[in-house]
Amino acid sequence: MTLKEVVNNVAEMPASKNAVVDIKNLSLTFQTADGPVYALSEVDLTIDEGDFVSFIGPSGCGKTTLLRVIADLEKATGGDISINGVSPEQARENRAYGYVFQAPALLPWRSIERNVTLPLEIMELSKEERIKRAHDALKLVELNGFEKKFPWQLSGGMQQRASIARALSFDADLLLMDEPFGALDEIVRDHLNEQLLKLWARTNKTVAFVTHSIPEAVYLSSKIVVMSPRPGRIIDVIETDFPKDRTLDIRETPEFLEIAHRVREGLRAGHSNDE
Amino acid sequence: MKLDKFCLVGAIAALLALIFPLAGMDADTGKQVAFVGDIPGLAIAMALCVIAGAAFTWLGVRSIYSGIVILAVGVFGCWQAIVTLYDYGVAGYAGTGFWLFIISLWAFVWRGIDVVANYRSLEKAKQQVANIIVPVAFGMWLLFAWEVLVAGFGVPQVLLPPPSMIGVRFVTSTDMMAADFYQTFVKAVLSGYVMGCGSAFIVAIAVDRVPFLKRGLLPLGNMVSALPIIGVAPIMVMWFGFDWQSKAAVIVIMTFFPMLVNTVTGLNAAGKLEKDLMATYASGYWSTLFRLRLPAAMPFVFNALKINSTLALIGAIVAEFFGTPIVGMGFRISTEVGRMNIDMVWAEIALAALAGTAFYGAVAYIERKATSWHPSFRVRRH
Repeated sequence: MTLKEVVNNVAEMPASKNAVVDIKNLSLTFQTADGPVYALSEVDLTIDEGDFVSFIGPSGCGKTTLLRVIADLEKATGGDISINGVSPEQARENRAYGYVFQAPALLPWRSIERNVTLPLEIMELSKEERIKRAHDALKLVELNGFEKKFPWQLSGGMQQRASIARALSFDADLLLMDEPFGALDEIVRDHLNEQLLKLWARTNKTVAFVTHSIPEAVYLSSKIVVMSPRPGRIIDVIETDFPKDRTLDIRETPEFLEIAHRVREGLRAGHSNDE
Repeated sequence: MKLDKFCLVGAIAALLALIFPLAGMDADTGKQVAFVGDIPGLAIAMALCVIAGAAFTWLGVRSIYSGIVILAVGVFGCWQAIVTLYDYGVAGYAGTGFWLFIISLWAFVWRGIDVVANYRSLEKAKQQVANIIVPVAFGMWLLFAWEVLVAGFGVPQVLLPPPSMIGVRFVTSTDMMAADFYQTFVKAVLSGYVMGCGSAFIVAIAVDRVPFLKRGLLPLGNMVSALPIIGVAPIMVMWFGFDWQSKAAVIVIMTFFPMLVNTVTGLNAAGKLEKDLMATYASGYWSTLFRLRLPAAMPFVFNALKINSTLALIGAIVAEFFGTPIVGMGFRISTEVGRMNIDMVWAEIALAALAGTAFYGAVAYIERKATSWHPSFRVRRH
C-alpha cells in the first residue's frame, strides 16, 4: 500500500455517503472586553455516516468549540451548520447525539446505574427499559457488576467509561467526545482506545473525537481534521484506510507513521503562523 | 523511665487529703464537722486513689484496661465525695482535705478519659462504646464539679443551685414542663420553623428563576434579618395575639433569610459541565432543577436548616417574654426569675438545651442520610 492509497484529501472524495454533520463557512467570534476573539473562522467540514473523525490541534485552535457548536452548546455567529439535515438546536432536542466531556461529570448522588439511566429518565422511558439499557451500555464498556457503586468508589478510567456508557445508553447515532481520555495514563488510554474502536466497529456509530495526541488521532480515526489557532480554522483533513478492526499493532506500520508525520507537519505549519 | 504525671498528681493529692482536715469548724458549736476516720467509704476511696495512683505512676498507663481501672477509681471517689458532702454534713464546710481529694479525682478522671479518647479499635461496637464514654464521662465530671463546688462552698441557691436540685425540680415538675414544651416547641417552634424554612425555599427558587427578584428581594431579605428580635417580637404579639402564632411569626422572620441565602447559593452550586450535560439531553427547566440543581443544593439547604434549628428555639423563648398565655418555656423563665425559683429557671434552661440539641441532632441525622454522597460524609464501601 502506498501513501497515496492510504491518504486521500477530503476534497477528492466522492460525496456518496450520507452527511451526518454538514458545516459550511462556519465562524464563531466571541466578543470580549479585549476585543473580538475569532474562535472559529471559515470552517468547512462534512462528517459522513460511520466516520470516526478526530479533531487535533494546539490549545485555542477551536476544536472543542467546534464540537460544542455541533452539540448546540455554543451558537455559531456565521455560516451554516446542519446535523442530520436540521439545525443543531433541533438536533439537540431530538437527542441526536451523545456527548462525552473531558471530565466524567457523573452526579455523585446517583449510583453508576442511575447515572447511566439519567438521560433515559429525562427521555421518559419506562423503568424496565431504563434498567435494561443501562445494563447493556455498562456491558459495552465492561463495567457490568458496578451498577450499585457510587462514582467516587471507581477509578478515573472507570468513571470515564461510565460516562461513555451514559452517552451510549440512549443509542444516538452520533457520539461527540471531547478529549475523553485526556486525564488518564497511557496504558489505560490505550485500553480505552481499543474498546472505543471495537464499539465503533460493532455499532457503526458516527464519532467526532477531540484530542491533542497525534498517535491517538491516527490510531482511532477514519478522518483526521488538523486545526490551527488564531483564528481557529481547519488546515488539513486527512483520510485513512485502516480497517475498522485495527489493533494497536498498526502503530508500528509505515503507513501509520506516514500519516502521523503528515499530521505533525500540519500542526507545525499552523504553529509557524504565529511568528 | 517517664512517670505518668496525672497519676502522680492523683496519688500525692489523695495522700495529702488523708492528712489535711476534711472540713472546717461549725460556727455555732466550734467543733470540726467531720473527720476522715469517721467516714469509712471516703477513707477507702482516698486510700484507693493513693494506691492506684502510685501503681500507675510506677507501671505507666499502658492499655485501655488501665484506663478503665483509673476511671472506676475516679467514679468510686466521686460517689464517696457526694456521700460525704450530704450524709456527713460537709456541705458548706468543706476544708483543704476535701478539696485535695477533688483535685486527685480530677487527675484520675482526666487521665481516664484521655486513655478512652485515644482508644482505637477495628471492632465497630467497641469503638462506638468508647466514642460514647468520652463525652458522657466528661459531661458527668462537669456536673459533678458543679455540684461539689456549689455544695462544698455553700453557694446560695439564688446565685447558683446545684445540678441535683435542678434535676429534682426537673423530675418533679414534668407535667408543667411538658405543657411548656408543648406550647413553645411543638406549637411555636416547629410550625414557625416549617413555615419560615419552607417559604424561604420556595422564594429562593422563584428568586433564582426571576432575575429582578434577585436584585430586589435579596437586599430586602437582608434588611429584615437585621431587625432586632426584641423590637419585632412585641409587634408580632400585637399583630397575631398572645398565643403561639405570634411566636411562629417571629421565628419565620428569623429563619427566612438564612434559608433564602443558602438555597440561592446552593442552586448555583451545580457545575457548568453538569449543566452542559443536562443541556445535551435537552432537559427542561424543571427536570434540570429536580435532577441536578436541587440535589447539588442540598448541602447548602441543610446548612441553613441546622442554623435555623437553634435560631428558632431562641426566637420562640425570647418572643414569649413579650406576652404569652400562662404557659411556655419563655413565660416560665421570666415569671420564675421574679419568684426567685432559680432552680425552675435552670430546669427550663436544661429543657431548652435538650430540645435544641435533639432538634439539631435530628436535622443533622437527616442531612447525613440525604447527602451521604457529599465528600464530608462519604464512607468507602467496597
